[in-house]
Parts: sequence; C-alpha cells; structure tokens
Amino acid sequence: MVIYSLTFYLFSSVAVLSALMVISAKNPVHSVLFLILSFVNASGLFVLLGAEFLAMILVVVYVGAVAVLFLFVVMMLDINFVKLREGFLQYLPFGALLGIVLVIELGILFLTDRSSNIYNNQTPLQPIISETENTKMIGQILYTEYFYLFQICGIILLVAMIGSITLTLRDKGGVKRQNIDSQNTVDASTAIEKKKVKLGEGI
Amino acid sequence: MITLEHYLFLGAIIFTLGVLGIFLNKKNLIIILMSIELILLSVNINFIAFSAYINDISGQIFAMLTLTVAAAEAAIGLAILVVFFRNLGSIEVNKINRLKG
Repeated sequence: MVIYSLTFYLFSSVAVLSALMVISAKNPVHSVLFLILSFVNASGLFVLLGAEFLAMILVVVYVGAVAVLFLFVVMMLDINFVKLREGFLQYLPFGALLGIVLVIELGILFLTDRSSNIYNNQTPLQPIISETENTKMIGQILYTEYFYLFQICGIILLVAMIGSITLTLRDKGGVKRQNIDSQNTVDASTAIEKKKVKLGEGI
Repeated sequence: MITLEHYLFLGAIIFTLGVLGIFLNKKNLIIILMSIELILLSVNINFIAFSAYINDISGQIFAMLTLTVAAAEAAIGLAILVVFFRNLGSIEVNKINRLKG
C-alpha cells in the first residue's frame, strides 16, 4: 500500500509539474516534449488504476501520433516565437486570479460534499477485480453494448481525416497531369493539324 | 492511502493548468491546442478513477471516446493552423479576424 501511494505521488507530481511546464515553456518544442512527459505519467496512473489497455492506447495515440503531429507542425512552420510570448506577463495576473478561483471552487466542491457517500468513502481505490483481463473486458463490452458508440468514433475519425486533408491540400500551378478522358476522345480530326508553311520561314 | 479524492484533485489541478494555459498564451495557437489536450487528459483521469471506484468498465469506454475526440480535434486544429499560417504568415490569435466575428 505504501508503494502504491508513493507511485501515485511520483506519477502525479511529475504529471502536474510537466503540465505546468507545458504552459510556461519558452520554446514550443519543449512544450510538446513536456506534454509527452505528462501523458506518459498519466498513463502510469492509468496502470495503477488497472486500466492497462487505456494506458497503452494513451502512449500509442498521444505520444506516438498526436504529440509527434504537434512536433512536426511546430518544427515545419517558421514562426517567431519570441514575438508570440509578448503578452505572457500581461495576462499573468488575470490568469493567476482565474486559476486560483477555479481551484478554490473545485476545492469547495470536494470539501462541502462530505455528507454524500461518494466522498465520504475512505476505501482505497483498487483496480476492477475480475477474472478476465482488462483488454478482454473492454472488448466484451465495446463490441456489444457500446457498438454504436464505437461506430460513431470511427465516423468522427473519418470526418477528421477528410477535413484535415481537404483543408491542407492545395493545387500547385504548373504541374502537368495526365487527363485520361481527353486522351481517349482524341481522333484524327483533332489530333492532326495541317499548316501551310511558307518557304524560308518557320511556323 | 490513495482514495478517489486524490485522483479527482489531480484531475482538477491539471484541468486548471489547462485553462490557465489558454489564458496565459493568448497569442500562441499551438500552446492553446496543447492546453486543450491537457484539459481532455484531466477528463480522462476522472473517467478512469470513477470507473475503478464504482467497479464498472463503462468509464474506460467513455475515456476511449474522449481520446478519439481529442485526436480528431488535434488533427483538425493543426490543419486549420497550417492553412492559417500559409495565408497570413503568423499564428497570432488576435489576427484571426477574417470572419469579423
């Protein structure tokens, strides 16, 4: 139990600190790397909670795809990041105030609701106890009870893919492409052009 | 002893940091997108903590849905960012006023 607690505090403190660095790092590349660190630590927490499949998905999808996508965009665009940070200190007092208010509100939510049985329960959080493993349990429920949800997830990803491709695709001028339709409809009258060439001159 | 509250506090702190990131980096669109990712991560932490708490796997399914939406949102957001940079040569949020909204 002590090891569980220590692991929780380790993962959560690193996750919070790296989340803090994400929003305060000077260089956006460092921001992306701290985002990756935060996600890896969150996936460690998911393992502690017994959600191994989601921990794996978090690493594969976020660290492997989304964060690398961010990294590509940050590195490909030629952006003056110093100029973009100009308003940081200007917004800091207002932002800090907002953050404090938000934390206090959330804290009040936890502190006042002691009477309800959710927060009053002091039992330690345990992974779901079951004979089947986590991935199998998710599979059993995902393809039966939540099948429509699963399909909608696929449609969302398809729409996102089509949307991002159509947004970023652009036609470059001056590229010669094959036009099969016009090639097939060629006949002798359009393909051959007769010209009278004068002697001693070109066309 | 780690209870549900610990995970909820962690989710609350990361959520607040995400909201704070949007406010502090008002000009940098990339950091704003990353802050949204942090907010969605905190939602995921809450989902999975409650899933373990009430001993029900459904929370993990909904965390997967959140992950899908987050990935789609990142892809579309970055595509818009690239198009915007191509047209204007900068990603300052204040300059996004083409639609006069």
